[in-house]
Amino acid sequence: MSIASTSVIQIIPRTRRGVELFLLLIAVGISVGAYVNIGITAQGGVPASTGLYAAGIGLLALVAHLALRFRAPYADPVILPCAVLLNGLGVAMIHRLDLGLTSVGKTKGVPFAPQQITWTAVGVVLFVAVIIIIRDHRRLQAFTYTLGLVGLVLLVLPLVPGLGVNIHGASIWIRVAGMSFQPGEFAKVCLVIFFAGYLVVKRDVLTLAGRRFLGLDLPRARDLGPILVAWLVSLGVLVFESDLGSSLLFFGLFLFLLYVATERAGWLIIGGLLFAGGAFFAFQTIGHVHKRITDWLDPLAIEGGQIAGGMMGQAWGGILGRGLGQGQPYRTLFSNSDMIISSMAEELGLTGLIAILLVYTLIIERGLRTALGCRDIFGKLIATGLAMSFSLQVFVIVGGVTGLIPLTGLATPFMTLGGTSLVANWAIIALLLRISDQARRPQTPAAPVSDETIAMAVQKQ
Amino acid sequence: MSELTLTLIKLGFLALLWMFVLAVLSVIRSDLFGAKVDSRAAASAAAPSATARTPQPVKPVKKRKGLPGSVTIADGPQAGVGATLVEEPVVIGRGSDCQIRLDDDYSSTRHSRLFLSEGQWWVEDLGSTNGTYLDGQRVTRPVPAEIGGSIRIGRTTLNIAK
Repeated sequence: MSIASTSVIQIIPRTRRGVELFLLLIAVGISVGAYVNIGITAQGGVPASTGLYAAGIGLLALVAHLALRFRAPYADPVILPCAVLLNGLGVAMIHRLDLGLTSVGKTKGVPFAPQQITWTAVGVVLFVAVIIIIRDHRRLQAFTYTLGLVGLVLLVLPLVPGLGVNIHGASIWIRVAGMSFQPGEFAKVCLVIFFAGYLVVKRDVLTLAGRRFLGLDLPRARDLGPILVAWLVSLGVLVFESDLGSSLLFFGLFLFLLYVATERAGWLIIGGLLFAGGAFFAFQTIGHVHKRITDWLDPLAIEGGQIAGGMMGQAWGGILGRGLGQGQPYRTLFSNSDMIISSMAEELGLTGLIAILLVYTLIIERGLRTALGCRDIFGKLIATGLAMSFSLQVFVIVGGVTGLIPLTGLATPFMTLGGTSLVANWAIIALLLRISDQARRPQTPAAPVSDETIAMAVQKQ
Repeated sequence: MSELTLTLIKLGFLALLWMFVLAVLSVIRSDLFGAKVDSRAAASAAAPSATARTPQPVKPVKKRKGLPGSVTIADGPQAGVGATLVEEPVVIGRGSDCQIRLDDDYSSTRHSRLFLSEGQWWVEDLGSTNGTYLDGQRVTRPVPAEIGGSIRIGRTTLNIAK
């Protein structure tokens, strides 16, 4: 019965670069549309700089597209347009908030939009560099422990006296040559590669040894080492850098990859318990965390609190939003960084917010699909890890802004004002596309079974 | 600027955003709803293969005596790849240590195994994610493999032959 239905599906490998170009045109069109829309509603006419803006974002998208066309022709056609759209919308919203902030006289640092466009250009350059330099992601496996060390160093860099700076209660920034960076964003990429390389080697031990208890496969006590180390490191990040978001991100990432590599639900339960314990400890002892949680439980209690402002903005936006340039999102604190999702929701409404979340979901789905199609376990784990880092980040920040969970200072990928996060995200996208190029590329049909003992190719009669 | 124009611009922009999402979804629809098979191509591909392979019409042959001698992939780009069944067990899956290496996203690394025991060949599932099917029945414990039987693993079909 099942023979006929499954037999004739032959998947013909297609590069699909044309589709990507088409989607890129729409994405750039929407970004320029947003810019023009803001000009019409907030500045009273199509801004003179429209041409410049369109040329800039179009050129960057084209450069990224050409890099893929020549260096990774079989890469996924959907990921790049989604990234360009989110980046373009983010820049448009930051520009809109510049106008708003100027109108209420908060001109410190304004305008932010040109700065964000510069960082986008840096991001695209890094994107192209990753695509060109990393020809095969499996090479990265040789640098497993090096990258693990680099990741750890980047994590603790903000604690180095004289280098790290404490901004808004969290010390996750470093200041070099007058510019501040968030090294944690790059630590994330390094650690994903490290986790993947480590688990490729260790997953058999972690999967096979263990006892069954209450229908659950529990690992041996001595195999608990790595998860305890990951837990302690993320707790250390929390205690010394007061950064709830990154701490949650790193531990969550490790836990997800451990689960994916071993297929053992027992790890999730152990990890969940460790997380609950850590969270409770943090709530009891760390003032910064305690404040975040009380702010979450009662957002109206704080004078001029960002959560309350953001939620009022979202409520005012309603289903269809105020329209771009017609709301007042600039009244919320950090409306162009932490709270940019609430600025979007205020002006585009629930309808627009859902579309944005779907675009994020699409990137994550394509990442997981890449993992599914990838032929080597190392690549699978990296793709899963990168996709999960995206989804965790989006969940934590959108959950925080909409009041589902306590607000933490994670960056909204591609949208938040801030260079490091933007550049790191472009690197992540490049790595995902590199793996998907490997996964979708047609295999050379040769491959007669290598094992000489019994196997031999039998010709079909 | 009239209220109406502003509303139209607002709704137009939202429509544009959703158009992008729908365009992306239409590009990846094969992921969501399965690959679309061109009916003519399917028919022409099915016609010759119906005679070459051993599907339903030939099923009665299944009860033939004798031990199976080979197991071969029946279709797709890997058609013809297979292994002879002699003493040693044959492991099928995506892993590099398998005797039959499948290029199939829906199969597990070590998916299933054929082994000789009590003078008979058996098919056994090695705890795969998507299961092994022998003649459409899910394999939950080792079942005897007979000539003419077909094993389905993920999207791949393998025929057991003499």
